[in-house]
Amino acid sequence: MLGKGLLGIYLSVLVLLPVAALLAKSSTGGTSSFWRAISSPEAVAAIKLTLIATAIVVVINAVFGTLIAWVLVRDEFPGKSIVNAVIDLPFALPTIVAGVVLLALYGKGSPIGINVAFTRVAVGLALLFVTLPFVVRSVQPVLLELDYSMEEAASSLGAGSGTVLRRIVLPSLAPAIISGVALSFARAVGEFGSLVLITGNLPFKTEVGSVYIFGQIENDNLPAAAAVSVLLLAAALVVLGILSFVSGRLSRHVQ
Amino acid sequence: MSSSEGAVTLSPPTSGRIPRRAPAGDALRSARARKLTLRAIALGYLALLLLTPVAMIFYRTFEHGLAPVWDAITAPNAQSAFWLSIEIVAIAVPLNTVFGIGMALLLERGRFRGKGLLGLVIDLPFAISPVVVGLALVLVYGKTGWFGNWLGEQGFQIIFSVPGMVLATAVVSLPFVARETIPVLRELGTDAEQAAETLGASGWQTFWRVTLPGIRWGVVYGVVLTTARALGEFGAVSIVSGRIEGQTQTLPLYVQDRFENFDSTGAYTAAVVLALLALATLLVMNLLTRRTRRETAA
Repeated sequence: MLGKGLLGIYLSVLVLLPVAALLAKSSTGGTSSFWRAISSPEAVAAIKLTLIATAIVVVINAVFGTLIAWVLVRDEFPGKSIVNAVIDLPFALPTIVAGVVLLALYGKGSPIGINVAFTRVAVGLALLFVTLPFVVRSVQPVLLELDYSMEEAASSLGAGSGTVLRRIVLPSLAPAIISGVALSFARAVGEFGSLVLITGNLPFKTEVGSVYIFGQIENDNLPAAAAVSVLLLAAALVVLGILSFVSGRLSRHVQ
Repeated sequence: MSSSEGAVTLSPPTSGRIPRRAPAGDALRSARARKLTLRAIALGYLALLLLTPVAMIFYRTFEHGLAPVWDAITAPNAQSAFWLSIEIVAIAVPLNTVFGIGMALLLERGRFRGKGLLGLVIDLPFAISPVVVGLALVLVYGKTGWFGNWLGEQGFQIIFSVPGMVLATAVVSLPFVARETIPVLRELGTDAEQAAETLGASGWQTFWRVTLPGIRWGVVYGVVLTTARALGEFGAVSIVSGRIEGQTQTLPLYVQDRFENFDSTGAYTAAVVLALLALATLLVMNLLTRRTRRETAA
């Protein structure tokens, strides 16, 4: 009983009260001021960039994440266990370090002559870096469990490898791919640390939603910061909800 | 072509697998080519996105020798940033460990209304941007926030000082221990706990002697993830810290500060220290997964 009470206090102090305060602040001026805050041209540009970049990044993640998981499960090559271990590096590496790391190779004075700093490409690059493990790590265990005999049966019945992939492998992996995509989406929409240094935070060009919120906080415009925060949080939760529903439906279908 | 088909059928199974219907030589070769292509694409992608950039900062850090790196490490602001990071981790991680185990027990063993809701609340920090976490904390504990005034009258300053940074760190790393412990608890089942209770053990005794030893590797894994996240947190801490040099600057904030002041050696050195800690985290994570895999296999 005492334990439950303490837990309740802990969660209230850390999560519930802050989220309640955020919702309250975003609606202090009523719907009209909320609307004004999220429809200012700079906010719109930042939100649009965030959503478009995130959408592109999660599609790339779905393709390459599945491919990497496939290679890690079905292929054998020297050094595989090391490759498998470094997949989690973006989770372990502080986000600001991720930004520095990418700048060291793709920034000013790049040894390979590619400088994407302060461009929209940098936004995508940083988001790809920090979300890399999600799809790999959700697909990998499913692929390990996947029954090889189904694929063998199909190919012995004359199915080409394309057909096997399309009709047998991908349908079984789809729920895992989608849940990896959902996690990538939530992470990318709110990403901040890795973007700060490499994008230059140029309004209307490379400024994403979280950086815009940061700017509003610095300017002491807390209601506007709260409004955009609530919008982005809602976007993340809605996408998480929809994708977990779809993934649940698909996995029931497969079974 | 037909002669090579025959050769494949006659050769004994090499990999210990049941010999399959022999594919034609061409098909075999193209399957191999496909495999190599996929491998090349996957490894190439990882090399370009992950490995080369990380290797690059190590090179950039040490390209002018060890002396500037040593100077950067021993700079007073770097030292104070490092120790502040350690201090925050030393408070936030134990808190999240104790409460994380508590939340896992409640979610997995408890029976009460609103359990689903509790699960959602615990996962919420993963869905919220770090910047938004910082903002939300300012709105509650900042000077113009809900409790900021009252707390100030009692002599507590939370925002723009270390307590706020601990709070922010605890929020962003909140879910890890619970999330890693829950599946282990489920796997463990309740048989041993019930047996202990039937034999007259108190709730605490059961927890210390039966439950905790059973879930310890899950907890440790969660603690490793919590520590890594706590050490590296940037956005949330940046907002509540006020970024006062030598006072409220953690190591990640110091990296940004050095970078923006064109002190690339200072920035790279601090980044490398954090990267080494991240690599150590990876190593521990791998040893732990290997250990659990061995234990489940045994």
